[in-house]
Amino acid sequence: MRTARWQGLAYVAPFLILYAALLIFPLLMGMGLSFYRADLFGAKVWTGLGNYGRLLSDPVFLHALRNTFKLVLLIVPTLTALTLALAVALNRRTRGAAVLRGVFFSSSVLSVTIVTLIWRFVLTPDAGLFAEVAQALGREPLPWLSHPDLTIPALALTTIWWSIGLPMMLFLAGLQQIPSDMYEAAALDRSSRWTTFRRITLPQLRRTLLLVVMLQTAAQLQLFGQAQLLTAGGPSGASRPVVLFIFEVAFVRWELGYALAAAEILFTLVLLATLAQYWAARPREDAR
Amino acid sequence: MNSLELINVRKAYGKTPVLDDISLALEPREFVAFLGPSGSGKSTLLRIIAGLETADAGEVRLDGRRIDQLPPGDRGVAMVFQHYALYPHMTVRGNMAFGLKNAHVPPAEIAARVAEAARILEIEAHLDKRPGQLSGGQRQRVAIGRAIVKHPRLFLLDEPLSNLDAALRMRTRLELADLRQRVDAAFVMVTHDQAEAMTLADRIVVMNDRRIQQVGAPMEIYLRPANSFVARFVGSPAMNLLPVEPVANGALVRVRLGDGAEVETRVALNGFGGGTLELGLRPENVEVTAPGGGTTDAKVELVERLGERTLVYAKLRSGDEITGEDEGNSRVRVGDVVGLRIKGERAHLFDAQGVGHHAEAGA
Repeated sequence: MRTARWQGLAYVAPFLILYAALLIFPLLMGMGLSFYRADLFGAKVWTGLGNYGRLLSDPVFLHALRNTFKLVLLIVPTLTALTLALAVALNRRTRGAAVLRGVFFSSSVLSVTIVTLIWRFVLTPDAGLFAEVAQALGREPLPWLSHPDLTIPALALTTIWWSIGLPMMLFLAGLQQIPSDMYEAAALDRSSRWTTFRRITLPQLRRTLLLVVMLQTAAQLQLFGQAQLLTAGGPSGASRPVVLFIFEVAFVRWELGYALAAAEILFTLVLLATLAQYWAARPREDAR
Repeated sequence: MNSLELINVRKAYGKTPVLDDISLALEPREFVAFLGPSGSGKSTLLRIIAGLETADAGEVRLDGRRIDQLPPGDRGVAMVFQHYALYPHMTVRGNMAFGLKNAHVPPAEIAARVAEAARILEIEAHLDKRPGQLSGGQRQRVAIGRAIVKHPRLFLLDEPLSNLDAALRMRTRLELADLRQRVDAAFVMVTHDQAEAMTLADRIVVMNDRRIQQVGAPMEIYLRPANSFVARFVGSPAMNLLPVEPVANGALVRVRLGDGAEVETRVALNGFGGGTLELGLRPENVEVTAPGGGTTDAKVELVERLGERTLVYAKLRSGDEITGEDEGNSRVRVGDVVGLRIKGERAHLFDAQGVGHHAEAGA
């Protein structure tokens, strides 16, 4: 009995050691360091909650926090609705649907560098695709990458385009779990297409829906690469999300403790968002 | 006027035909069972009536109205699905009311119909539960309730008892028989279980190989099978079919078995072309006796004791297999040689085309 237990532990040990070394330990170390004024060269002065207090009155951080929330609010609902619609439209066995599924998924395999390069071509005001279209329609091209009101929508657009693949696949997988005889029963129940979607498909996709929202919220709270490469957080911080703030504080200003305190706040936010959705998705006793 | 009418219905999936020129008419309030093996096309036919599949050709009419071009919900039919197809996220009440709400039935009327169906099916206590909280038998009742509340002109039942355990199946069978007395509608049931078809249906439609093989009352199908397929498929254990040679003798056919024994039938001689014949014998018409005491002898291969009777699977000297019946407390054992008394007056003959010929009525 006892040997069996040790054997079991031995089997999972490689994973546990790696997991502890690469995730748990840095997490705890980060938490610890966030209570110090520390730089990248090892200097450490205990400040208690000083970093946190400073953050909550730092207009740059609060601005970054607002930007992050805006991005999440723009991206997550749009992305969820869009990918759900795509999945419903492409959930059929025709060759055309299979090709389109591949096409819509293809953007997900690109790295953030490529994605931002592509979107720079689209958004750039002098010769970009949007500018060309605007000019063809006789309108003034919009400064997507430099106007403070437009940079966040531009980032949201880029992110949505990049992230369509996975949620769409999750929804497709969810749709294929719904037994076809339920749709036949609905047809015999005189259910219109819209009623069928609202009363049959959507309730059956509830768990997938929550999963997608949860994954996307967690992912977009940590949005970074697009912002850094496309707008560098500009103009004057109008599109700087929290992770870019953390990056700049840590690796440009070298204030490691301060950056880690911001990271802990972000960590808490992601954790809360995840827990809230776990709670919403908890299996109910009456669910099948 | 006919209730359901199928006129020259055809269906193919790609180049594979699944239904060949099906025509059938139901009396008002008639209960008809489509009986056949898997792949016989019976489920496809049911789905064509429901509107879940479209026929390639032909017409479907209900109470004189052509319905094959209407969407499923507008046909006046209700279906009970094999796996129930209940909506798991709705309560029992919600499941039953869903179709009525979509049809814009007034709420008071919906409530009344649901209450009535729940009373008939004794599921009143479960109206606010969800399907996941119910047993298989209760789900089956909800599925039936969902059909009843629509007050359809035709109930379509797709293997309605196949997911129930044996005890529940018997009970539900009786309840279905009771239900059809209460409602003013016709029933079509698809099944591969002949006991279900025999006990519930007014008429059985035996299907095989894309076609209707025979339509008739249960006992008619049992006693006068139209062809050798129906003879084999209906009845348990299956009818014995033995290759025989005709021996001309008067007006009735006399045949010789493979082992030389002869059987006098009551089947009229006229109407036969030449060629090989098969002798059809229900096991109850092959009586086990002492060796030498019957029409012929056979060696016992398998004995099934069913309590009130014993089935004896044996082999004739010619190698032909034959099943006979003995009384419940039979002493017959595997390896014994027994005599078989064949009741020729109950025998059927099937000609080279498989068409059945039966004893003259009253002969």
